[in-house]
Formats: sequence, structure tokens, C-alpha cells
Amino acid sequence: MHRNTDIELRLLIEAIYLKYSYDFRDYSGASIKRRVNHALRQFDCNTISALQERILHDPTAFMQLLQFLTIPVSEMFRDPEHFLAIRQEVVPILKTYPSLKIWIAGCSTGEEVYSMAILLREEGLLDRTIIYATDINPRSLEKAKQGIFSLENIRAYTHNYQKAGGQRSFADYYTAAYDYAIFDKTLRENVTFADHSLATDSVFSETNLISCRNVLIYFNKNLQNRAFGLFEESLCHRGFLMLGSKETLDFSDYSKQFTSVLKQERIYRKL
Amino acid sequence: MTVQNSYWANQGPVEAVVIGASAGGVEALLTIFADLKPGFRLPIIVVLHLPDERRSQVAEVFARRLPVPVREAQDKQPIEPGTLYFAAPGYHLSIEHDHSFSLSQEERVHYSRPAIDYLFESAADVYQQRLAAVLLTGANQDGARGMSLVKELGGLTIIQDPDEAQVSTMPRAALDLCQPDCILPLRGIGRLLVELEHNACY
Ligand SMILES: C[S@@+](CC[C@H](N)C(=O)[O-])C[C@H]1O[C@@H](n2cnc3c(N)ncnc32)[C@H](O)[C@@H]1O
Repeated sequence: MHRNTDIELRLLIEAIYLKYSYDFRDYSGASIKRRVNHALRQFDCNTISALQERILHDPTAFMQLLQFLTIPVSEMFRDPEHFLAIRQEVVPILKTYPSLKIWIAGCSTGEEVYSMAILLREEGLLDRTIIYATDINPRSLEKAKQGIFSLENIRAYTHNYQKAGGQRSFADYYTAAYDYAIFDKTLRENVTFADHSLATDSVFSETNLISCRNVLIYFNKNLQNRAFGLFEESLCHRGFLMLGSKETLDFSDYSKQFTSVLKQERIYRKL
Repeated sequence: MTVQNSYWANQGPVEAVVIGASAGGVEALLTIFADLKPGFRLPIIVVLHLPDERRSQVAEVFARRLPVPVREAQDKQPIEPGTLYFAAPGYHLSIEHDHSFSLSQEERVHYSRPAIDYLFESAADVYQQRLAAVLLTGANQDGARGMSLVKELGGLTIIQDPDEAQVSTMPRAALDLCQPDCILPLRGIGRLLVELEHNACY
């Protein structure tokens, strides 16, 4: 027997899908449930059904709810060892390619995109690279395009940058204005920001490297498999796949189609 | 100290054990696991708050001392019987309806990630009355809300006797919110785990 809240939650997710085409049906259940409950309090709704009525009739309320359902937390050079490993183990191979296409899936507010662009510039690769940075949250994408981050995080980011093998002064990449750091806009000259869902959209380009970090933990096994399928299809022969530090191909249907280059840093190559 | 022995009467077999511990937790856990024998078949899933959110050696430390397999719980990993799992530092750990783990990085709860509340609540949802939840020593309020939900959904609830706990804040916070099935010292909790095993369902 299902409890009322479980029934209501399923109906809400279904309503969101039918009305707005955002598909949360195959996300990890425990976390979705918590985020909806959290949203209930913020929306001052007593039941999930009440929230459902609200968002069905009010698209701006849905846009607000979307901010709760997607988890936008990010940082620059998050897990510095990961970026150091890219520099040391992956960049030498990338340097042998005449041109590069990189897909950053689930880029959120852009911190990962600017980190990657800085790394590629220092390695002399940025000019021959096209980066596709995608996400389902339009507000996050808008922020990513601006490249303006809160100054209070910059100290931590500078520290990460140095640990990640940064070669210059981190301040070379931004100008401080009031409480913000405005990042050098030439870093995003070759970046295309786009709305793309790993749950509902298909492959849009062939790529040499895909970084999808801290997105797949929010998916159930089915949806993870769908995403890995897209990555497998998009990557060229021997293309690189980078995952978040707690994400793995091990329990997926695609574990045999990839080989792990650095297990600890979650860097894989397509076979 | 109150020990209610009525739980055997209305408590059916248990399928999983979840444990939350904070300050003083490593010692407390070693004490309650001292009676574990090879071949113990219930899965035990632990959230232990650690000061450092980066890599942790907890699983290795316990693996060296215990006769059962010990792992850090991984995202999408199916829960195996007879295995002791620790939550990875820096991530919340939940249990899904297909009896696998999921990790997430939502906000901290009571300054903690992993949060005991999230493990307990998700486990209660999945196992309902076939769950045993144990809350041990600690210096914050995490676990109290989770414990209440376990209780509400019919699971077996066990709180360490705060008079014996190295830091009593956490067990006391839980006692303020819910009346558990048993309040026990560590040795008693260890013995209870072994008993639960005899009454387990596979
Ligand atoms: C925690 S952030 C990760 C940001 C960045 N990759 C990092 O590691 O710092 C997760 C992002 O995944 C996005 N996301 C969630 N579901 C998605 C989907 N179906 N397709 C693409 N992106 C998705 C969210 O909007 C959010 O911005």
C-alpha cells in the first residue's frame, strides 16, 4: 500500500513532465522527496497536491520549484586533484589532436566551465577547442554565461587553482568589482551554453572529452544508463569521460565499453 | 535507565540496521561491534560524522578489526547482506526502494554531511517495520528527526543511554523528540545486534 505522500509525489513529478517536459521520473527517489518537502515549506504549501496545483497554473512558480529540484552547488577547480590529473595525464594526449570538442554536461552556474577553460588556455589548447556547456536549469545557464562569481569564494577557488597545478596568478583571470569577480570574457569565446537534458534529449555532436560531474548521483540506475549511452554515442574512439569523485561506471550497463585511466580521479576512456 | 523488553513481542524480523554516531563514535562503534561473528548476515549501514570531509580511512580501520566485510557505501551500489557500510565523508547517504545506495550533496543538516537524519528517514521509508535504528554518542542534534520517523513507521528504535555516552547531546536530543523501544548501554546494544540477527528475515 502506498502512503499518500508517495502518491502525491509521483503525481507531482508526472504533472511536471506533462506540463513542462522536465523529466524527474528517474531521479534518485530519496533526494527528490527531500527537495520537494523542502520546497513545500518555502512555498508555504501543506500538501504536495497543493504545490502541484500551484505549479500547474503558474509557470513562474514552476521555475522557482525547479531551483529546488536541481542542485546547483558548484565551485571552481572542485576536487583540485582531478584537475591536476587532467593536466598531467590527459592534456598530453589532447595536445596530439588538431582540434577539440569538449562537452560539459550539467555545468550549473559555470564554475567548472571557467576552470576547464583556464586549464586549457594555460596548456595552449583553448584556441583550438569548442566547449559545449549544457544544463537543464535556465537560471543557472544565464549565470554561467555572465561569468560573475561572488568574491567571497575567490580565496577558496585560488587555493583550489594552485593545488590543481595552476601556473599563473589566479587574479589574472578576473577583475574584482564590489563583491564580485568578473571573469575574463575571452575565456568563453569558444563556449556554447545550451539547454540540454540528459533525461530527454539526444546527442548533438561528436566530442573528444565529456565531463559530467556531480550530476549522475541524482539519477537512478536507469537514467544513469541513458546518460552513459549518450556519452558513449557522442565520444569519438578513445574519447575521455570524467565523472564526479563519487560517481562510477561500475554498476552501469556501460562498464565494459570504457576503461578506467585513473580510477581514483574517475577518468575513463571509451574503448 | 528504562529498558522496554516488549519489542520482541510486536517486532517482526529485521532486514537492515542503520546506526548514527558523532563525537566519540569510533570507540562506541568498536564496542558495539565487538560481538559480531563471521557470517553475521544483516547489513549494517553507518553514518559517522568526521571532522574532515575529505577522504577517510574509517572503513579500512574497521575492516582490520572486524570479522565481516566493511566498505564505504557507493552510489547505486546494491546493499549486500552481512556487510558493514560507512557513509562517504562530504556526501549524504540514502537508501533507495530497490535496496541500493544513493549519494547526494544537498545542504548540510545540523552542520553535517553525511546527515544521520537523511539515512534514517530514507531507510525508514524503504524498510518500515523491518528496520532497526541505533543512535549513539554525539555533540549535535542530528538523528533525532530520523529516529522519530523510524518509530512512526514501526521500526525498532534504540538510543544509547545518555548517562553512559561519551557526549550525551545527541542521544538526549533524540529522547526529547521520541520515546524509543530501548535505551541501552553500548554492551547491551552489541548483544541486541546479535539477537536481531537470530530473528532476521532473509
Ligand atoms: C551539483 S551541479 C554540478 C555542477 C558541476 N558539474 C560541478 O561538478 O561542480 C548538478 C547540475 O546538474 C544539472 N542537471 C540536473 N538534471 C539534469 C539533466 N537531466 N540534464 C542535464 N543537467 C542536469 C542541474 O541543473 C545542476 O546544475
